[in-house]
Amino acid sequence: MGPPPPTVALPGTAQLPLAVALPGTAQLLPLAVAVPLLGAVLLVVAGRWLPRPARDALTMVCAAAELACLALLWARTDDGRAVSWMGGWGPPGGSPAHGSQSVGIVLVADRLGIGMALLVTVLTVAVLAYSWRYFDEPVGEHGGVFPALLLLFAAGMCGFALTGDLFDAFVFFELMGAVAYALTGYRIEDPRPLHGALAFGIVNSLAAYGSLLGIGLLYARTGQLGLAQLGQALDTRPPDLLVVCGFVLVLAGPLVKAAAAPFHFWLPDAHAVAPSPVCMLLSGVMVELGVYGTARIYWVAFAGPGGVPAHAFRDTVLVLGAVTALTGAVMCWQQRHLKRMLAFSTIGHIGLFLVGVALLTPEGLVGTAVYVAGHAGVKAALFGLCGLLLDQYGSVDEHGLHGRARELALPGALFAVGGLALAGLPPFGTGLGKSLAEEAGGRYLPGLLPALFVVVSAVTGGAVLRAWLRVFRGAGPTPGDRPGEPETSGEGEEPEVHSPSRRLPAPLTAVPAALLLGALVIGAAPSVGRQLAQAARLFTDRVGYLAAAYQGPVPPAPQPVPASDWTVSGALLGLLSAALAVALALLAVHFVHRGPGAALNRRLVLPLRRLHSGLVGDYVTWLAVGLAALLVAFVAQR
Amino acid sequence: MSVFPYLVAGWVLLAGIYGLATSRDLIQSVGCLAVAQSSTYVLLLAVGYRRGATAPVFADLPVGAPVVDPVVQALALTDVVVGATVTALLLALVIQLRKRHGTVDPERLTGLRG
Amino acid sequence: MSRRVRLLLLAGAGLVIAVVFAAGCAELPPFGSPDHPYGERAVAAALARHTANVVSSVNFDQRAFDTLGEESILFASVLGTVIVLRPARDEDRQEPEPARVLPSTRLFGALLLPVTLLTGGYLVAHGQLSPGGGFQGGVVLATGLHLAYVAADYLALRQVRPLAVLDVADALAAGAFSVLGLVGLVAGAAFLSNTLPLGTFNTLSSGGLVPVINAVVGVEVASGVIVLLAQFLDQAVEVVDR
Repeated sequence: MGPPPPTVALPGTAQLPLAVALPGTAQLLPLAVAVPLLGAVLLVVAGRWLPRPARDALTMVCAAAELACLALLWARTDDGRAVSWMGGWGPPGGSPAHGSQSVGIVLVADRLGIGMALLVTVLTVAVLAYSWRYFDEPVGEHGGVFPALLLLFAAGMCGFALTGDLFDAFVFFELMGAVAYALTGYRIEDPRPLHGALAFGIVNSLAAYGSLLGIGLLYARTGQLGLAQLGQALDTRPPDLLVVCGFVLVLAGPLVKAAAAPFHFWLPDAHAVAPSPVCMLLSGVMVELGVYGTARIYWVAFAGPGGVPAHAFRDTVLVLGAVTALTGAVMCWQQRHLKRMLAFSTIGHIGLFLVGVALLTPEGLVGTAVYVAGHAGVKAALFGLCGLLLDQYGSVDEHGLHGRARELALPGALFAVGGLALAGLPPFGTGLGKSLAEEAGGRYLPGLLPALFVVVSAVTGGAVLRAWLRVFRGAGPTPGDRPGEPETSGEGEEPEVHSPSRRLPAPLTAVPAALLLGALVIGAAPSVGRQLAQAARLFTDRVGYLAAAYQGPVPPAPQPVPASDWTVSGALLGLLSAALAVALALLAVHFVHRGPGAALNRRLVLPLRRLHSGLVGDYVTWLAVGLAALLVAFVAQR
Repeated sequence: MSVFPYLVAGWVLLAGIYGLATSRDLIQSVGCLAVAQSSTYVLLLAVGYRRGATAPVFADLPVGAPVVDPVVQALALTDVVVGATVTALLLALVIQLRKRHGTVDPERLTGLRG
Repeated sequence: MSRRVRLLLLAGAGLVIAVVFAAGCAELPPFGSPDHPYGERAVAAALARHTANVVSSVNFDQRAFDTLGEESILFASVLGTVIVLRPARDEDRQEPEPARVLPSTRLFGALLLPVTLLTGGYLVAHGQLSPGGGFQGGVVLATGLHLAYVAADYLALRQVRPLAVLDVADALAAGAFSVLGLVGLVAGAAFLSNTLPLGTFNTLSSGGLVPVINAVVGVEVASGVIVLLAQFLDQAVEVVDR
C-alpha cells in the first residue's frame, strides 16, 4: 500500500494555494482544536510577563478566534457534514470503497457536533468575561495558568464533539476530565473542593478506563477504531455477548460524565464546590457532552444490524433517563446549598435529555438539542448569580442568606427569571426544547413521558424560585435546621475572591443577563430551531454518516425534517410547568409541610439523601452496580 | 486456554474496583485506580499478540516478517501517559486534602452529603 | 450505606460483570491469532513512510492526532498540578537545608547521572528506528536528572533544574506540536500531514515528520515531568505553614 494522497477538500470547498487564507471545512475542523491549544500555550508563556489586563485581553482574543473558527465552520457546513482526515490518512487512493482500509483518524461534524463545540466556546467566552477581576489568580510566573486551563478545557470538549474516532474520543474525554479535576479543586484553602475534585476524578477516570476496555474488546473483534468503520465492521455478523459487553463498557465513560443515575453521585459534590465560573462550564455543557457522546456512539457504531437492537436501547435508556430525572428533581428540592441545588437540577435535566435521545427519533433529538442549548444559558446564568452571592455575602446557603439579598434588585430579578426559565416558561429555549421533546415522548408513551417532563422541570424550577423567595425577597419564616439528617450547608465558604468587595463588579450581573437573553433567543428565534432540526435529521442518518466519513457521495437523508416550532399544547404545558413551579415555591415558603408529607419524607426521601454520602467507596460501588444493571438489561433484551 | 489472557484483564479491573470501594486511604485509592487502569494495558496487549511474532520494529527485521499488532501498543503508550498524568493530578489533590482535612481516610470526609 | 451493604452490592455487581465479561471474551479471536487487519495496514503504511519503528509511525504519523490530545493532557496535568500544589495563603516557602550524603552514594550518582542522561537522549533520538521514543526517553531524562537529588541534595537539584526555563520549554513544545500540524495546512495538505522529505529507510533522518514530532514530544515529556515532580518535591521540602 502506497502513501495515500493528501486529503481532498470537500466538494464545494475549492482547494486554495494558501489554505489558511480562506480555510475550508476540512481545514477548519482541526483548527477548532488547535486554536485553543495554541492559545493555552501562548497564555502560559506570555502570562509570565504580561500584566493582568493584557493577559485578559489575550485570553479574549484566543477565545474569539475559536468562536470565529467555529462560526465559520457552522456556516460552511450548512446542512451537510464536514469531514477531515488527520494527516491525510484518508481512504487509500481516495476511494470511498476503501474507507474501512484507512489507518488514520477522521473528524466528522454535523451541526449538532459543531453546535456543541459552539456552545462550549460561547460559554467559555462568558466565563472569561465573568471571571474578569473575579479571581485572585496566582500572580507572577503562573499568571496565565487559569485562563490557559479554561482554553484547554474548551479544546478537550471541542475535540470530543468533533471526532469520528472512538479512541480519539477517549483521549479528548480524558483531556476535558483532567482539566476539570484541576479546575474543581482550584480553591485549595477549603477542604471541600479538594474532596469534590477527588470524587470527580476517581469516578470519572475509572469509567474512562472501562470505556477503554470496551474499545479494546471492539478492536479485537473488528480491527477498527473509527466510529463509522466500527459500525460497518460490526454489521458483518450477528451481534453476540461480546458486542453487548463492549457497548456497555464503552458507554461507561459518557454515562458517568452525563451523570445518569446511579453514576451521578460525583456531580453534586464537584459542582457544589468548584469555583462558580467553572460550574458554568461543567453544568452548562460538559455534562451534556456525555449525553451527546452516548447518542453519537450508539447511532454510528451500534444502530446497525450487528449492534444493539433499537428497542433495547430505547427502553433501557428511557428507564435510565426517567430514574435520573426523578432522582435529580427530588434531591434538588431537598437542597439548601444553592450550587448543590443547581447541580441536582442539572441531573434532573440530564435525565430528560436522556429520555429525548432514547426515543431514537429526529423529533426527540431536536427537542433535546434545543433543550440543551437553552438549559446551558439558563444554568450558567444561575451559577453566575450564585457566584455573585458568594462574592457579596460569602455564603450560598438558602437558610443563612434569608432576606439578606433584598438589596440586590437586578440580580434578584434575573434569578427569578432563571428559575422560571428552568421550569420551561415560554418562550425560553428550555421551554421550546421541553415542548418538542414532550411531544416526541408523548408519541411513544402518551401521558407518562410528558408528565415526567412537566414534573421534573416544575420541581427543579420550583426549588430555584423557593430559594429566590427566601434569599432575595425574605419571604416566609427562616427554616430551622433538620437535625439528624444528612445535609450540606452553603455557609462558611472560603470566598472565591481575596477581599470580598462591597461594590458589585459589573460582569457578575451583566454576564448572567446576557446568558438569559441567549436562552430567550434560542426559544424565540425560529431559525435556531430549524437549523437544529436539519442537524438532528442528519444525526440520525447512519448511512449518510458512513458515506460522508469515507468521503463518498452522500445519499439524501430518508427521514423528513422534524418540526421545530412552538405548538399551542407545548406552550400551554410550559406555562403549566412554570405555574406549578411558582405554586410549589410559594407553598414551601409560606406553609412549611407537616403531617403526611413528613412521613413520606422520612420513608422515601431521607434514605435517598443518605445514599449521597460523599464517600468515594460508595460511588465506585454504585458505578459497578450501574454497569452490572446495564449489562443485565442489554443481555436480556438481546 | 486461548481466552485466559483476556480474563486476566477482567480480573485486574475487578480487583481495582474492589480496592477503590473498600480502601481507607486515599493514596491507596489512587493506587487502586492505577490497578484498574492496568487492566486496559493487559487487554490491549493481549488483543495485539500474535503467536511466533516479534516486536513491530523493522530496523533489523526483513520486510514481511510477522510482528505483533503495533496499533494496540501505540494505544497502550497513550494510555500510560494519560494514566500517569491523571494519577499525578489526583495525588496532588490528596496532598492538599491531607493538609486541610488532616486525614486521608475517605470515610472521614463528611463535608458533602445529602 | 454500611460497609456490609456496600460489599454485598459490590459482590453482586462484580459477579454479573465477571460473567458477562468472560462470556464476551469467549467470543474474541483466540489469543495469539494471526489476524490483525489494522496492524497489517499500519505496518504497510509505516514502511511506505520509511519509518522502521511502526509504533512510532502510528503515534507520530498515522494517529498523531491522538498524540496531540495526549500531549495536551500532559500539559494540562502539569498546569493543574502547579495550580493545586501552589502555596496556599497561609503557607510560606523555606530554604532547603544542605544535606549530608554517603560518599559512595555521591560517587554512584555522579557516575550514573551522565550515563542516564545519555541513555535518555539516545532513546529520544532513535524513536523512529528502535524501541523507545519521545515518551520513554523523556521520562528517563526527567527522572535521571533527579539523581542529583539522590547523590547530593535539593540545592544541587535546583541548580541543574531551571524550573522557569523548563516551564516555558514544556509549553513551547506543546505548542510546537500544534504548529507542526498547521504546517500541513499551510502546505495545502491535511492537518498533521507528513509533508517532510522521508529520507533513507533505517537512518536517523528517516520518517519525515516522525522524528520531528518525536523530538518535540521528548522535550515536552522531559520538561513536563521535571516540573511535575518539582511541585511534589517542593511540597515535601520547601512549603511550610506560616
